[in-house]
Amino acid sequence: MIADKPARQVASLTLDKTTFSYGETTLAFDVEFPAGKISAVMGPSGSGKSTLLNLVAGFEIPSSGRILINGKDFTATSPAERPVSMVFQENNLFAHLDVFRNVGLGISPSLTLDSGGHAAIADALARTGLAGKEKRLPRELSGGERQRVALARALVRDRPVLLLDEPFASLGPALREDMLELVAAMQIERKMTTLFVTHQPEDARRLASHVVFLENGTVAAAGEAADFFSADGPEAFRRYAGSAGSTPLASNAH
Amino acid sequence: MAGRDEQITSAAVAEGRSAASGSDPRIAAGICALIFTSTLIGGALLGLVIESAGDFSGAAAAFDSYLFRITRFTLWQALLSTLLSVVPALFVARALSRHPHFPGRSFILQLFAVPLALPAIVAALGVLALYGRAGYFAELYMRAGAGDWPGIYGLSGILVAHVFFNLPLCVRLFLEALQTVPTDQWRLASQLGMGARPTFRFIEWPAMRQALPGVAGLVFMLCITSFTIVLILGGGPRATTLEVAIYQALRFDFDPARAVVLTLLQILLTFVVIALLTRLGANTTGETNLSVSQRRYLSIGSGEFALNATLIVLALLFVAGPMGATVAAGLQSDLVRLAGEKAVHLATATSAVLAFLSALLAATLSLSLVMARRALAARRGRTDKRSLLEYASDTGAGLVLVVPPIVIGAGWFLPLRHIGGAFAVAPIMVVAVNAVMAMPFALRAVRPAYDAASERHERLCAQLGIVGWNRLRLVEWPVLRRPLATAFAFAMALSLGDLGVIALFGSDSLQTLPYLLLARMGSYRTADAAGLALFLGILCLALIVLADRLGKERSA
Repeated sequence: MIADKPARQVASLTLDKTTFSYGETTLAFDVEFPAGKISAVMGPSGSGKSTLLNLVAGFEIPSSGRILINGKDFTATSPAERPVSMVFQENNLFAHLDVFRNVGLGISPSLTLDSGGHAAIADALARTGLAGKEKRLPRELSGGERQRVALARALVRDRPVLLLDEPFASLGPALREDMLELVAAMQIERKMTTLFVTHQPEDARRLASHVVFLENGTVAAAGEAADFFSADGPEAFRRYAGSAGSTPLASNAH
Repeated sequence: MAGRDEQITSAAVAEGRSAASGSDPRIAAGICALIFTSTLIGGALLGLVIESAGDFSGAAAAFDSYLFRITRFTLWQALLSTLLSVVPALFVARALSRHPHFPGRSFILQLFAVPLALPAIVAALGVLALYGRAGYFAELYMRAGAGDWPGIYGLSGILVAHVFFNLPLCVRLFLEALQTVPTDQWRLASQLGMGARPTFRFIEWPAMRQALPGVAGLVFMLCITSFTIVLILGGGPRATTLEVAIYQALRFDFDPARAVVLTLLQILLTFVVIALLTRLGANTTGETNLSVSQRRYLSIGSGEFALNATLIVLALLFVAGPMGATVAAGLQSDLVRLAGEKAVHLATATSAVLAFLSALLAATLSLSLVMARRALAARRGRTDKRSLLEYASDTGAGLVLVVPPIVIGAGWFLPLRHIGGAFAVAPIMVVAVNAVMAMPFALRAVRPAYDAASERHERLCAQLGIVGWNRLRLVEWPVLRRPLATAFAFAMALSLGDLGVIALFGSDSLQTLPYLLLARMGSYRTADAAGLALFLGILCLALIVLADRLGKERSA
């Protein structure tokens, strides 16, 4: 077991007048995410949620503007060198590598692991409820377990920014519930600045302290989750979220 | 404010590009592969140009009636071979498609895939063993008291061998076209009570007609560049094609000026044919993908059944004949003595080493190109145009088929003979040319697997910083092992059976199995040749079966 590092660095994340265009479409993001908190990134399909995450992760390079993490400019840094981990909706794992190695790649891209690395992997697997499944291949895991492996890797990578791009969208309600719990626990422990893309307002209410709502490739509204889900939340967001946006007892809008 | 924004913009873009592109080793590998390939081909063409510039009068003198005659013959035999392969194939394919439960149907289809895997020299020997002046046919003919069998050298021999190769290929391609007809159309036809004739007219013919230009073009291309068949079965100056004439000009007449003119003509010819083919959308690698059988809703009269059965059996006999003759003649030869011969051991070892190296090179080249293409495509924006480099690593690689191996061989042979090095570099030439020729086929085996894996892993690798050797070892290799093995086995079979380059560069000190086979034929040791042909045929077939099996397991 690794000891919890006491003074974990908490990172702020800013997209400073960032624009990105492909073809005819231009997206423009100028937004700040609070350090060490979970922000839900919401919005209709095609509003630019994934692009926003890809810009932060470095898979897309903005045409203008800057990506600042803790005030430092990472606009032109390669994805591997950014203080960022990302969990995708699918294809988070190498299908031919077992769970242990898939997590291990988060420590060393050449899989050269010392005893400290082995301990860190074992710890991350235990925390994500995967103890004993080290030797399994991804195809021998359930969909939920596969996403847990990706989260375990994010744990061993231990970067201050965590991007979750609809990672639980294909899971059933019970599994999703478990995963949300896991993310919440990770958040309490690690204080990662987390961006969580989701279509489910109740997921956002459950997890996020902050909401950024995108529409037509730009930030339409941003603020405290409590304000968003109150009866006088931003109009555009209420239109999008429907009843689940404001009625406290609504369980599923879709 | 605007000024600051612009500054940031340009800086970000500049840095961004460099960050995103960095120096991806995959692209570097692709560039190396392209440099190698273009040096090999470009060097050959340069050699030809220098050679012809040095002896311009000789080149001019080469334009004579002989040149005109062989060009005409080249086109004529290709045209006839195409007609004789394609037209019967239409009807055989239709017959097979109408009888999904014909006895032995899947065996027939598998047998029809064999000629493609056989080295041309083995097939040519099979044809001779069956129809040649001393063949099994001649024996029957004489016993029947019909006098001397005229033999099969010349145009008839070339045509028989070309049809032996291409008829089964055409059948498989047409059958594939017929399988694209949706089941609902068959249901509809049976509901409307369509008989054989309307079914052909409204369903089968339109499906096959779509494939026809591509199939015919492919066969024409294969026949126009056919070297080994014409070399062995062509009889003297009356039945010579450009490729064989190049070889003769270099090896026997020592007339480089003529060789240059012939080579340029050959390149022009293949280039025109390929250009036409591309326009027709032909499948220039002749890959077929047949599913076992499809449920059909047909009612077939007994008259039609008899006709179809006759067609299928005739085609089967025609294709199986030379194969059977190869086996029979091979078994009749003194296999035990051959197996003990030192020359055979040496040729086998030489062939194995050269083919192994060639296959290794082909697999490496194609992997490099596939990786570079993918990396370039991923780096490029969704809407940007493809760069010249990406184009070269994609379509460009297929263009090597325009340049026949004998031409590349000739292009290097001519300048090298001045410095007396033509035979010294022979092994390198054989390995390099065969590798490049196998590359388009190897590419097809590797690319889908790589692209699919990259689709899944690209962002993950970028995020985790898995690049270069680590990426090859941890991510690519496990996924690509099988397709690479397929490409390797296929390239090795191709190289093992090739006679094109070794015919030019071979010598007493460098003999491969096909070269030894040719030498034995040349000295009328027919039984030895038959034994070697059987050996070579089995080797190549085993490799192709292996390649096929590896490929199938991958997709399973």
